Amino acid sequence: MSDLDAARGGPAARVVDEGTGEIRQETMIINMGPQHPSTHGVLRLLLELDGETVVSCAPVVGYLHTGIEKNTEYRTWVQGITFVTRADYLSPFFNELGYCLAAERLLGIEVPERAQILRVLFCELNRIASHLVWLATTGLELGAVSVMLYGFREREVLLDIFEATTGLRMNHAYIRIGGVIMDLHAEGPSAIQRFLEVMPGRIDEFEALLSDNPIWRHRNVGVGLLPAERALELGVTGPLLRAAGVPVDLRKDVPYSGYETYDFDVPVRTEGDSYARYEVRMAEMRESLKIVAQCLDRLETSTGPVMIEDPKVGWPPKLSVGPDGIGNDPEYLRHIMEGSMEALIHHFKMVTEGVAVPAGEVYEAVESPRGELGFYVVSDGGHRPYRVKIRDPSFVNLQATPSMVEGSLVADAISAIASIDPVMGGVDR
Amino acid sequence: MSTSPAASALEPRLRERYPELVAARGELTVVVEREDLMDELAWLKDSMGLGFLASLTATDWPDRSPRFWLAYELRSLDPPARLRVKVGLPVGDPHVPSVTGPYPTADWHERETFDLYGIEFDGHPSLTRILLPDGWEGYPLRKTEPLGGVNTRFHGAFHPPIDQRIS
Repeated sequence: MSDLDAARGGPAARVVDEGTGEIRQETMIINMGPQHPSTHGVLRLLLELDGETVVSCAPVVGYLHTGIEKNTEYRTWVQGITFVTRADYLSPFFNELGYCLAAERLLGIEVPERAQILRVLFCELNRIASHLVWLATTGLELGAVSVMLYGFREREVLLDIFEATTGLRMNHAYIRIGGVIMDLHAEGPSAIQRFLEVMPGRIDEFEALLSDNPIWRHRNVGVGLLPAERALELGVTGPLLRAAGVPVDLRKDVPYSGYETYDFDVPVRTEGDSYARYEVRMAEMRESLKIVAQCLDRLETSTGPVMIEDPKVGWPPKLSVGPDGIGNDPEYLRHIMEGSMEALIHHFKMVTEGVAVPAGEVYEAVESPRGELGFYVVSDGGHRPYRVKIRDPSFVNLQATPSMVEGSLVADAISAIASIDPVMGGVDR
Repeated sequence: MSTSPAASALEPRLRERYPELVAARGELTVVVEREDLMDELAWLKDSMGLGFLASLTATDWPDRSPRFWLAYELRSLDPPARLRVKVGLPVGDPHVPSVTGPYPTADWHERETFDLYGIEFDGHPSLTRILLPDGWEGYPLRKTEPLGGVNTRFHGAFHPPIDQRIS
């Protein structure tokens, strides 16, 4: 017995290779997750290891399945928003937007200009918030705890901005069919302006901290390689695809919500490794800041409603900020309770039964922080969706895990998975 | 909201091959027979550049024949264009060839559709449940399945179906 075997407490399992007669050790199957700090929630990986090298990898998902798609079939169209927003919980505005765009296309309606600007504004702030969580968790997984603290610190500012206008830090149900539920909070523009002034410097700090950091480069350069051809076969979209040199971005390719009128670039790198994804996401944050600044300018000059004025479609209750937070506007309540019986009936009909959406099917996709977020929505003409399929980018991107980690070290698998940025709420729905 | 110019650029050639091509709400949809699916997808990929399978799912229409309708969302990246290919499957024989060969991304999409609808994709490398536990009975997204009405796995609690919760 060798010293090493003695230290292990016995000889390791060995097999003789029948072809060559060489002695080799057996591979070992290891469960990484579903409760592992480095797997972004409840992702489970079945790893076959030869020493420290990953021989094969099989992702196992479904631990966070909550039946969102089935639930939407039993709720009104508006209630559906509160379900889909919880799928990918780091990009709630995108979930709401994709779902509402699909419903709006079935209804054949256009939302008011100001609502479009607010949608773009909140989506781009959300993209930054989501990328910050990616940065924070990736930093933590690679041992850079300070990066985690910085990432969540900046995100907190954004969550405060979201909360001031939507009333909630996550799962806002802010974007509604026909517009958005209420206008920007009075202090919103100044808070966002302050964020716009601070954030570029913070991104500079992150890059100063990480871009040339030997450890960061060691853990990311050449790790988790996914060439463009393989990425396209696997249906991978978003920063992963753009880091492999394919300049695909739905905001440019199939513009929605007026994205064609904003000035921004689509960052692309060609290396296709974790480091390129880091560069892409950092650059995307800067581009999002550019878009947010343009949104603020437009909001200054734009007036008008934030919800479609068609009473058969628009959400009737008016909300306002009271001493205990956002709630029904007292004036509106007085109007329906004391002023107009018709308004009360209309309110009751629209809130309990809601809008009837003409029969048909659409597939509407938006560019979420993780790629193509698609909504295949079918209506049978009723007050509830007949079918809502969420094509979540995390679900599809996660399929690339075996391609990215097989043949690499276990430690590199951590970096590779972090660079996919999977959100299990979206994967399992 | 409107058809993208690139999508309409594909339309004449598609209509030549599929006279019954549907253009609605800015989208193009074509219905193909199950037997022709692989050939048509190959043609769309090679000749029309629709080589990116964005999504794949099913819809259940218990009162229709065929009952299940698969929807393949194809995408061309450059020029940007989309096409939906639909296949109808009868309830007694919910089989369709797997497209994991030409589109490796279909692997999980097909597993999910099998998991939730019980549609079998012939030739799939490992057609197992993906979102639900392995021992699950039934296919929950079928319209005949209630929302709720199953035992919870851990506490033995029973949630009645949604339509029976208020008596």
